[in-house]
Amino acid sequence: MKSASTLNRVAIVAGCRTPFSKAGTTLRKKSAVDLARHTVVELIHRTNLDCNSVNQMFFGQVLSSPLSPNLAREVSLLPQFPKNVPAASVNRACASANQAVVLGHDQIALGHADVVVVGGAESLSNVPILHSEQFSQTLVQMSRVKSLTARAKLLGSVQPKHLIPVTPAIAEPSTGETMGQAAEKMAKINGISREDQDRFALRSHRRANAATRDGRLPAEIAPILDVDADGPVLTDNGVRPDNSIEKLATLPPVFDDKHGSVTAGTSSQLTDGAVALLLMSETVAEAQGYVPLAFIRSYAVTALDPGDQLLMGPAFAIPKALDRAGIEWSAVGVVEMHEAFAAQVLSNIKAIESTAWADEHLGRSAPVGEVNWETFNVAGGSIALGHPFGATGGRVTLTLANEMARRDVEFGLLSVCAQGGMGFAMVLERR
Amino acid sequence: MGAFSKRVSDRIAWLELDVPGASVNKITKGIREELRELLESLCTDEEVQAAVLISRKPEQFIAGADVREFANLKTRTEALTLVRDGQALVNRFETIGKPLVAAINGPCIGGGLEAALACTYRIATDHPKTILRLPEVRLGIIPAAGGCQRLPRLIGIRSALEMILTGKALSARQAAQRGLVDEIVHPSILSAAALKAALKLTTGWRPKRPHRIFAQIARRAIFAKARKAVLAKTGDHYPAPLAALNAVSHGLQYGLDAGLEHEAAHFSELAIGEVSRNLVQLFFAGTALKKAYGSADETSPPRSITNVAIVGSGFMGSAIAGVAVAHAGVDVRLRDKELDRVVRGLNSAREVLRDRHRNGRMDEFELRRKESLLSGGVDWAGFGRVDLVIEAVSENLEVKRSVVDEVERQVPPECIIASNTSTIPISKIAESASEPHRIVGMHFLSPVAKMPLLEVVAHQQTAPSAVSFAVSFGRALNKTAIVVKDSPGFWVNRILAPYLYEAWVLLEEGVDAETIDSVMTEFGFPVGPITLLDEVGLDVVYELLQALHEAFGDRLKPRDGLDRLVIDGRLGRKAGRGLFQYRRGKKRRFDERAYELIGVNVARQIAEGEILARLVYSMLNEAASAVEEGVVRSSREGDIGAIYGMGFPPFRGGPLRYIDHVGTADVLATLEKLKQQHGNRFAPVQVLVQMGERNESFYEQH
Repeated sequence: MKSASTLNRVAIVAGCRTPFSKAGTTLRKKSAVDLARHTVVELIHRTNLDCNSVNQMFFGQVLSSPLSPNLAREVSLLPQFPKNVPAASVNRACASANQAVVLGHDQIALGHADVVVVGGAESLSNVPILHSEQFSQTLVQMSRVKSLTARAKLLGSVQPKHLIPVTPAIAEPSTGETMGQAAEKMAKINGISREDQDRFALRSHRRANAATRDGRLPAEIAPILDVDADGPVLTDNGVRPDNSIEKLATLPPVFDDKHGSVTAGTSSQLTDGAVALLLMSETVAEAQGYVPLAFIRSYAVTALDPGDQLLMGPAFAIPKALDRAGIEWSAVGVVEMHEAFAAQVLSNIKAIESTAWADEHLGRSAPVGEVNWETFNVAGGSIALGHPFGATGGRVTLTLANEMARRDVEFGLLSVCAQGGMGFAMVLERR
Repeated sequence: MGAFSKRVSDRIAWLELDVPGASVNKITKGIREELRELLESLCTDEEVQAAVLISRKPEQFIAGADVREFANLKTRTEALTLVRDGQALVNRFETIGKPLVAAINGPCIGGGLEAALACTYRIATDHPKTILRLPEVRLGIIPAAGGCQRLPRLIGIRSALEMILTGKALSARQAAQRGLVDEIVHPSILSAAALKAALKLTTGWRPKRPHRIFAQIARRAIFAKARKAVLAKTGDHYPAPLAALNAVSHGLQYGLDAGLEHEAAHFSELAIGEVSRNLVQLFFAGTALKKAYGSADETSPPRSITNVAIVGSGFMGSAIAGVAVAHAGVDVRLRDKELDRVVRGLNSAREVLRDRHRNGRMDEFELRRKESLLSGGVDWAGFGRVDLVIEAVSENLEVKRSVVDEVERQVPPECIIASNTSTIPISKIAESASEPHRIVGMHFLSPVAKMPLLEVVAHQQTAPSAVSFAVSFGRALNKTAIVVKDSPGFWVNRILAPYLYEAWVLLEEGVDAETIDSVMTEFGFPVGPITLLDEVGLDVVYELLQALHEAFGDRLKPRDGLDRLVIDGRLGRKAGRGLFQYRRGKKRRFDERAYELIGVNVARQIAEGEILARLVYSMLNEAASAVEEGVVRSSREGDIGAIYGMGFPPFRGGPLRYIDHVGTADVLATLEKLKQQHGNRFAPVQVLVQMGERNESFYEQH
């Protein structure tokens, strides 16, 4: 293994993603594997990639299909690649694609690989639907017994309620708390008002709409030109250009109808989509004539007690990643933060800007930093664009890298909150 | 050195075939003799109780008889001796009194399959190269080493006739389903499985096989139906399928020996006949074309092609994309100016794949794999990594030039740029290019997925490597590629034009369209010229005639009636209306209103002989002149091009061979007569006149 001083610097050369489509809409007939393969085929062409140069692949996915549990390998078996590209799929919940980036980064940094394709994919139109535990048990037992009567007996033991399928819930297995309930709780603890949440959501839509219209988001999208989709799918369909404070204000709270403030309008929606990024060692990128969008400077992952403020991870991960990068928040030119809920983003910002929070949780006398809204989620975020779990981290990385290149800023920061109380943050650099 | 080696171990004799100095095992006289001696030795060798017939060449079995051997047959008696000799050898398999196992890992074709049929037991591997096939009818002959007898007895009449009458190949799996092979195994255990079977056979065990021959009355119905199907498909131009039917039915009626006698009689008749001769020459020409790469100084295959881009996602571009992915398995980027066009193009390209999937020629996994090789866009993404660009934009010189100009800026230096055009000279397109040597023409014929021919057009500056590159890509697409000169119409359209023109003139004269068509289908064309006009598209024909008129003068003056139909939107089948009426894509009757637009008001009867002469000789005359100009590199390629590119009857050997067959003097006489009756367009071209004077022919005469 290489010592830290000789680690290779890792470049984000390019990336692209599918349009993000609300689950059950335009991409419903595409599996996560289809979506991921599509982005990689497009990435190959956009970068004129020599497919024989690719050493490894990593993809994030949260709800993988039992029929193709290792999505990444299905991608690396695209006919454009040689058959010998190892591939792993990873699950760090909503930060899965970030974890894929990390794995790719580490392999290149260590010198184990020069060129790695990473990304993430999720089709929430195609979540695996499970049989109830009782019915599954019965089926397993039936496959073991030989005689017809024994089988008939087992089949006879099945009750109608056993046949009700189980859909994976977006709830913490350890506490039973759903993400929405967690966001609701955080809004109350941190005093995030309904108005602030609505305003934040509106900003997300407006910025996403503007970035769609001025071509920034379409530039990162690889349109789906398939017959399986309903005609070509060119843009994200969750963005509401006509959204307004008035409209958002009419929406009822979803998770606490009496005292609640979190609505469907201030939550990210279930979405289908995939992202692929091309990582290379700095030297190989240079040798092959690529101009990278950005380089990876540092990253950090944290976890907290899920029974506490479940989605507060970024507030912990960000200072850690900044420390590892050796820079202050103020040096950062663009920030991308995954928007699971407006309440979650605003809670994290409150913590980051708070002296008391810094003192209590980080043992620091000064707050982590102060948000400059001009550089924060400049193209909107998951509330407008949607949240395909396994892919979101890739989109955040891609948008940040593109925006850094566009603005030519030295440092960029991204963060993602994830199930299980985890937080992820990464610092990118351009010089 | 012999082709067979024999070793005996554990009571089993292994007959291992490895024809020296050849990549495949073909049966020749020497090999037959060797095998005969071997069989006799097995018969007498008491140590041997069973034998295994196997190839020592990897992924080979027996690829059939050496075609050259029977192509050289001069007389019927010679042919009869050859075939009786072969039959006796194969019969001996069954009479040595010891069981034989055929262990098949590779092509098992023709005489090879007939030998396997005479074995006691057949094992095939699931290797994709293992195919079983009786291709004889495609060469105008019939399986005559007992194939017409043993196959129906083993797998039933219907399945046997399907194999014998079409010459189609079966995979090992299909063969097992039909009972043609007894077992399928992985290649790695073929010998072990053969040994096991041989040992079991020594105990007297025999595989149980169902009785597949129906009672006579049911047989009669099957044969009657098959005969009808053959006639419907081939007219009465191809004697071989009917002879095969006869040999099969006679054998089932009167027994194996009588059947073999019939086989032999038919074979010896067919083998020296004109049809078989022409089909064999065609086979040789096709084989030769598969070995050459299209340019004199390039004998080795050009570098491999993995990434292709196609500009223009219309009818042709998308079809080329689909075929490229389906056959060559290359990555294809389809580019067009508008996204909607790209989407439509990608969809029709995918249809090519899905068609093959529906036909069972591609499983769902391959379909999925290949679908991901198709992508597209409106920008030039991916062009920086391609080995070949094919432009298939509209037939407009300026448009093509600007596309080539842009492509040159996008692609890597070693990329070849091909233009798919039917009427624009490649030199004109290359003229404005910065590197004209890498520009080549690839004239695909429509429908791309079905037409077996590709014309590769070399203009004066095209580099030989670009030509061989285009030829080898054509071959990867499963096309026969001929290299043609960059002159108007290239080869196929050049000789097609006067033919279609003459058909049009006949229409104008008031001759019934369906009569014109039927005269030509009786001659052996798959469709008649009037139908062909609609298939090609009247607008395309108009453009073609215009281009050739400009190049060659008044012989092909564009006809006003044609223009009127085009203006009326009657473009042919693709438009759903043309000379014929269409309903849901199916051709119906000739549209009487077309006569009005053409300007015909009186129906006229012309003798069918005259119709035939005018149509055929206009084409022959043009073909001769094109050969003289060097449009094709040999008469053989010219004939192949006419057969594969426009459906010239294969059994007639092609237009040039047909001229030889008729005789130059007679061709000249007919043309002179037609010239006097119908004008100068029938004036014999100079080269024919010269050939007549010198008593020359296009091919060497035997």
